[in-house]
Amino acid sequence: MPLSEELAGRRFFITGATGFLGTALVERILRCVPGAEVVVLIRPGRRASPAQRATREILKNDCFDRLRFERGVRFDDEIAGRLTAVAGDVGRDGLGLDDEGRRLLAIADIVVHSAATVSFDAPLDQAVEINLLGPARVAAAVAQARSDAKHEGFGPGPVHLIAVSTAYVAGTHQGEAREQLLDQNRFSLEVDWESEVSYSRRLRDDLQTESRRKEQLVTFSKKAREELGAAGDHLLATRSEKIREDWVKRQLVDAGSARAQALGWPDAYPFTKALGERALVAGHGVGTAAEIDAVPITIVRPSIIESALAEPRPGWIRGFRMAEPIIVSYARGLLREFPGVPEGVIDVIPVDMVVATILAVAADGPHPTGLSVYHVASGVRNPLRYGRLVQLVQDWFGQHPLYDDQGQPISVPEWSFPGRGRVQRQLQRATKAMDAVERLVTVLPVRGRQAALAARLEDRNALAKRALGYVELYGAYTETEARYRVDRLLDLWHRLDDDDRLVFCFDPAVIDWGHYVRDVHLPSVVEHARVRTTSAKSVVASRPDRARAAILSSDRHLAVFDLEHTLIASNVVDTYAWLASRHLSAGKRAKFVADLLREAPSLLALDRRDRGDFLRSFYRRYEDAPLAVLEEDSWELFHRQLLTRSFPAGFARVREHRRLGQRTLLITGALDFVIAPLRPLFDDIVCARLGENDGRLTGRLEDLPPIGEARALVLADYAAQHELSLDESVAYADSASDLAMLEAVGFPVAVNPESRLAAIARRRGWHVEHWSKASGGSHSALPLGPLDAARLGSRPSAAALATARSIYAGGNPPKSGVR
Amino acid sequence: MSPRPGFVLEVDRSTPKTLFWNGERFALEQLPEGSRVLYAPEPLAPLEDPIAAIRSALEHPTGDSEPLSAQLRAGMSLTVCFDDISLPLPPMEAPDVRQLVIEQVLDMAAAAGVDDVVLIAALALHRRMTEPELRHALGNRIYDAFAPHGLLTQHDAEDRDNLIDLGQTDQGEEVELNKRAATSDLLVYVNINLVAMDGGHKSVATGLASYKSLRHHHNPKTMVHSRSFMDAPASELHTANWRMGRHIADSGVKVFQIETTLNTDTFPSNFAFLQKREWEWSLRDRATFTATKAALDRTPNRVTRQIFHSIKSPYAMTSVQAGEVEAVHDVTTAKVWEQQGVTIEGQSDILTMGLPYICPYNVNSIMNPILVACLGLGYFFNMYRGKPLVREGGVLIMRHPTPWDFHPGHHPSYIDFFEQVLSQTTDPVEMSKTYEEPFATDPWYIHLYRTGHAYHGVHPFYMWYWCAHALNHLGRVIVVGGDPGAVRRMGFSPATTLDDALEMARDVVGPSPTLTHLHSPPILMADVQ
Repeated sequence: MPLSEELAGRRFFITGATGFLGTALVERILRCVPGAEVVVLIRPGRRASPAQRATREILKNDCFDRLRFERGVRFDDEIAGRLTAVAGDVGRDGLGLDDEGRRLLAIADIVVHSAATVSFDAPLDQAVEINLLGPARVAAAVAQARSDAKHEGFGPGPVHLIAVSTAYVAGTHQGEAREQLLDQNRFSLEVDWESEVSYSRRLRDDLQTESRRKEQLVTFSKKAREELGAAGDHLLATRSEKIREDWVKRQLVDAGSARAQALGWPDAYPFTKALGERALVAGHGVGTAAEIDAVPITIVRPSIIESALAEPRPGWIRGFRMAEPIIVSYARGLLREFPGVPEGVIDVIPVDMVVATILAVAADGPHPTGLSVYHVASGVRNPLRYGRLVQLVQDWFGQHPLYDDQGQPISVPEWSFPGRGRVQRQLQRATKAMDAVERLVTVLPVRGRQAALAARLEDRNALAKRALGYVELYGAYTETEARYRVDRLLDLWHRLDDDDRLVFCFDPAVIDWGHYVRDVHLPSVVEHARVRTTSAKSVVASRPDRARAAILSSDRHLAVFDLEHTLIASNVVDTYAWLASRHLSAGKRAKFVADLLREAPSLLALDRRDRGDFLRSFYRRYEDAPLAVLEEDSWELFHRQLLTRSFPAGFARVREHRRLGQRTLLITGALDFVIAPLRPLFDDIVCARLGENDGRLTGRLEDLPPIGEARALVLADYAAQHELSLDESVAYADSASDLAMLEAVGFPVAVNPESRLAAIARRRGWHVEHWSKASGGSHSALPLGPLDAARLGSRPSAAALATARSIYAGGNPPKSGVR
Repeated sequence: MSPRPGFVLEVDRSTPKTLFWNGERFALEQLPEGSRVLYAPEPLAPLEDPIAAIRSALEHPTGDSEPLSAQLRAGMSLTVCFDDISLPLPPMEAPDVRQLVIEQVLDMAAAAGVDDVVLIAALALHRRMTEPELRHALGNRIYDAFAPHGLLTQHDAEDRDNLIDLGQTDQGEEVELNKRAATSDLLVYVNINLVAMDGGHKSVATGLASYKSLRHHHNPKTMVHSRSFMDAPASELHTANWRMGRHIADSGVKVFQIETTLNTDTFPSNFAFLQKREWEWSLRDRATFTATKAALDRTPNRVTRQIFHSIKSPYAMTSVQAGEVEAVHDVTTAKVWEQQGVTIEGQSDILTMGLPYICPYNVNSIMNPILVACLGLGYFFNMYRGKPLVREGGVLIMRHPTPWDFHPGHHPSYIDFFEQVLSQTTDPVEMSKTYEEPFATDPWYIHLYRTGHAYHGVHPFYMWYWCAHALNHLGRVIVVGGDPGAVRRMGFSPATTLDDALEMARDVVGPSPTLTHLHSPPILMADVQ
């Protein structure tokens, strides 16, 4: 009987349907198997129900374009009638199914378990829960559901569990791996999966405890501070906790690789999958009342699954998988070398062949013993040599180069197939050097474009690290010398009739590797990688232009600005120095400058530690200063000093927001009298204010200075008071200490960011503006007030002055004097 | 020996290279044979006793006016207005002419028992002067006597409380003036008539007016019809100011105009070569030039700017006349022409000029690209009577580094004008329609103009309107050695060398063009026959 008829009208229950293989499987059943119903097990998302996830992550995928086209208007109705999503999680015993879910599982004819954490660098505990325990949980849940159903009085028909594993469960040893259970394989190590489970759980708990040790916590806090600077306690705590979690995760990843390699697997993925097979087989028939209740199991082991050869269309791929990042890194000229043996076999299998195999296995039914294994691999039947693959890739990118951001084609490097150790050492050296440079740059007081340079350096470093990661992770696969036999697969193939062979092709021999790599796989990879494939300037607006348009959209409510180094290249020390020296004689100035310079390092250090403390202590210097004089001098300070250090583009931006009808707010730790001349530029200003007593300043701040996290609070209050939405607001700032304010709004903009903020902005994709001072202003090296003008010229004689005064004293002075 | 008049040199094979100003630097250029070079007349002899001359002018006024002393009496209000930092160029060595004149006026006022005296710097929409600048213009004695009491003020065209509406001229032009000046019993205006455009009714009608009033003659239409604005009878700018001046007089404002003229002794002795004709350079001149040029070429821009802006000119007064505005100004204009006029036959295809480091709007500041355009196309191009030095459709080649630099304190609206307006249009008419009003009424620019030292928001537009006549007249404008981005932004063509520029010019005017070079400063006016 033709395969499609054999399977027609059957009920499938599929886990992992949102994955690469799962999506293709669901699509093929719905398209090629008439009347078959599909139930997909989906973990409820934080915001989406399983049904919503099914629509968004399965049906909206371009995998379904063909089916949608073929069915036309009937598509939605048909899908609604044939596809059901139930909530569940293979990480939980009983799969977390509700009654309806259990009922659907009980009546399923074919259960396909394809859920897995396929990442090669998953944390050990996660890989254990999903990959190791998952298959056995599914089998147990099927058995339980069926037995429950029987008790409730309806006897379900025969069931067949098809568990997707990986060919690499056999490890990387030389020689042939047969399609047999692992305990029948003489190379396979006897590993007690149950103790691996308990050890991995205990390890997780131990690491959680370890990560909370005082020394560790101090390290995490320090690291957070290095990254964010004086961003405020809350943000530092949040970041520090994230670093702790990442540390635990990283330890678990390392533990997974180490354990896997110790036992002869390249990494945690095949290791946990292998133990998963053992657990599945161990549970087979256990605890069931009768022989017929044992759920028959077929294990399907694909090798490296890549883009579709033909179904649903040539080149269809979902997500960025193992080979793609390597290929793209290579094409972008980032990966100069990759280890591997040219004559080694890269075992790649197109996804549609794996799907076809699963369906053929389903149609064929379970093995009489209830346990069997199929490989879906190309290595024996139609081997693709690593050297050939590299040649094909190299030729293709020679003809279809990617382009760099200058529109220049990138030439791809020639690989010399060095040993893995050499490449690894090279990359390690490079990343180590870059780490050192990066650490140095982060502590340098650079900002703006220089800081952007630092961020680029960080990017390069990340790329190099990723390259190293690829080599460490995937290197084993290019060197593997195991050959996965496909005798049973071919036997199944030979039993298909000719029509089925056309529709459900899974014989690796039909693959023409040259065609597959050149015409199917690489075009698809490049399309997915969103890389530049032409030298032409993009017709769509560049990202900064789009960001600027969004920032200046009339939908925005509020634009909030930081002052120092965001709008004016100045700081509280400069302004203090200027004001304090304004009326000093030349001799006293020298001493004043010397004193201030001597204190500079400690001031800088305090500012780095805590801006609030710094301002509080620094502003003490204004104690006893006459306010009226400062108010008068501040105007001169503004026009002579601050304005020449201002960023005209920044001022223009404030005014543009106002023109667009948005409120503008300046939040600054600068003092009220200093920024008085700036008042007309903004709708509102929140600044620091010192107490006053008898016309003299107390040197003590009246309120909490609006800096660091306090800014976010001030901003939130302000927005609430004026009924403005922060999500629709823009914030401009230059430093990581403004992080709280930037995070509070929907449109953060980093202006001339110092290196920490530059790194953050780059990571989070925030818009960055580089504003510069107008170059025509006169700049003095030291921020000192001018000498009193009267001292410059010769003073008139006292007599002359007296005469003039006596003559002209009677007049009414007009309002505006000479300032 | 009487000073030699201006001179037109025809370049031949024996002519040495010609000096071109190039911002804060110099260049020597070989002009093609047959080119004509215009040199300014040598400085006229200064007045022997300036103080006596001033007193004499005040006591023997020109035109229908009583002597100043006869107009002063106890209990009256007197306002003395004076030209601002834009005059003269470069600023003159102390004592400044304004100081000399105002001291005499104040002495007379004191003698007459006048005790309500206010001094006002007639800024129009220019930046406010700084204390050192005011001290330099007026002297410490006047400054210290007036400033501390608030009696030395600067005209504030945005101070609504101190402006007065004097109605409209017969052409419907609104006249709004400084209230203190317009309502005083006597307004004494002290001017420095550096070029023929200055002075006359323009002193009060422009210097003490507001935007509302100024826009009636500071606009593209007026400027296109001022050919040139240096030649009163042919200048619509002049006509409009005279209309307003007469309206002001008819409104009862009593103006006593004091005008002064200067000679062309522009540069101190260490820059003497700048005032000489190249073939007459002495060995000493050559040595100074070579050393100066070499030193400047090795000095950073910031420093060369400081050096040049510290130059004080040894200008000397050649005449002073006082009394009724129009009669006084006729005498003044004749004196200016006597000093600056050079007669030349016919127009040429190309006009070349080297632009110096200074124009009226960047004293103690920086010459931004808009000011470069204004100096070349506004001022130098218009230094003619009769017809322009270059034919219609001809090419203007100017040499200036034209850096993309702006003074954020002095020229804030220029920065935005350059970014927001010139990037959209270089057409004066178009920009006056679309962009002028928002810039002119922008509260931030007004704030900076009133409280700081910023030119008014609308000022860059006026600079561009100043170029309107030249922009209409010329086939192409080429800037040699300028910042290409800045030059292109203004719609001009950048060239690296003069030879390149001449090659580019030939594309416009034909293969064997005639060329005239304006060898200035010192300032000269071409009488094109």
